[in-house]
Amino acid sequence: MIVGKRKPFEEIKDLIGPYKKVLNVGCGTCVAVCLVGGEKEVDVLSAEIDMARRLSKEPIDIDSITVERQCDREYLEVLDDKVEGYDALLTMACGAGVQFLAERFPETPVLPMVDTTFIGVNQGVGWYEERCRSCSSCVLGVTGGVCPVTMCAKSLYNGPCGGTNHGKCEISDDQDCAWHMIYERLEKQGRLDGIIAFTPAREHENQVPRTTIQPGYKKPESEQ
Amino acid sequence: MRLEYPANVRIVRVPCTGKVDVMLMLRAFQKGADGVYCVGCLEGTCHYNAGNLRCRERVEHVQSMLDEMGMEKERVRMYNLSSGEGPTFAAYAKEMTAYIKEVGPSPLGTAQNKDE
Repeated sequence: MIVGKRKPFEEIKDLIGPYKKVLNVGCGTCVAVCLVGGEKEVDVLSAEIDMARRLSKEPIDIDSITVERQCDREYLEVLDDKVEGYDALLTMACGAGVQFLAERFPETPVLPMVDTTFIGVNQGVGWYEERCRSCSSCVLGVTGGVCPVTMCAKSLYNGPCGGTNHGKCEISDDQDCAWHMIYERLEKQGRLDGIIAFTPAREHENQVPRTTIQPGYKKPESEQ
Repeated sequence: MRLEYPANVRIVRVPCTGKVDVMLMLRAFQKGADGVYCVGCLEGTCHYNAGNLRCRERVEHVQSMLDEMGMEKERVRMYNLSSGEGPTFAAYAKEMTAYIKEVGPSPLGTAQNKDE
């Protein structure tokens, strides 16, 4: 899931700045699961903003709504007849949701309340760890299910580097060496011979926003 | 026991302090409460294992929010006692009331938009 972190309150106050009537829009999917931008978090933030503004003698009119997903047109549709009259929209969705919302309501300022941090896993309630950098060229099949792009400080496809230190990374003793983990995993599976295979480096330069069309689907003709 | 405690305390009963949510405390402040305190069972004696510990964490979360907003964070507190400690309950009510009297009423006003 996509994991986010709420922006510091000072930054939020600065972003909202002079606006007097805002709509706080939550997202009921990834950010709700990682406890940062779902219905409950939207209510908490709205209450906090309301009280902070009343304390600074600049009251704000703030309403809240949470849509199922902000990265899906059909769920944004419900906002069409609601955003009118608001000076700005606050959104607690991930970066994709923020942009999609801004795209749908280009006349209204859309302000992110959340910093999108990573694609990660749930280790416990409120505890998340990064596992994927969405690099577009997954090598997990040959690395025993340990991602060298995410787990290695240098994102090395063909490692380890000289900084591997008895299972730890040279940057910190808290950081495991990804390639040490890969070696151990493959050894356990009896697949060590595969570790020698060379993976060409990914071209990171000149990246453009990626598009995926799943097999069996195509863009509508109007978009082509 | 017929103990007296300050009349300004309004009690919201919950089955366990683990039921007390951040929003419940914030809503009280929004609606003009001068302070909020949760009285849970003694730590280590929760019937549901961690209800009072969760409440303490939430109280601390609300304290940090009040701080961010510019209100005295001690306006929200967590107290613990056993169900047999009536006098302690009254003592906590007095202690909290004394603190609130010291810092004064909530800067948010006694009712919503009172200033308007």
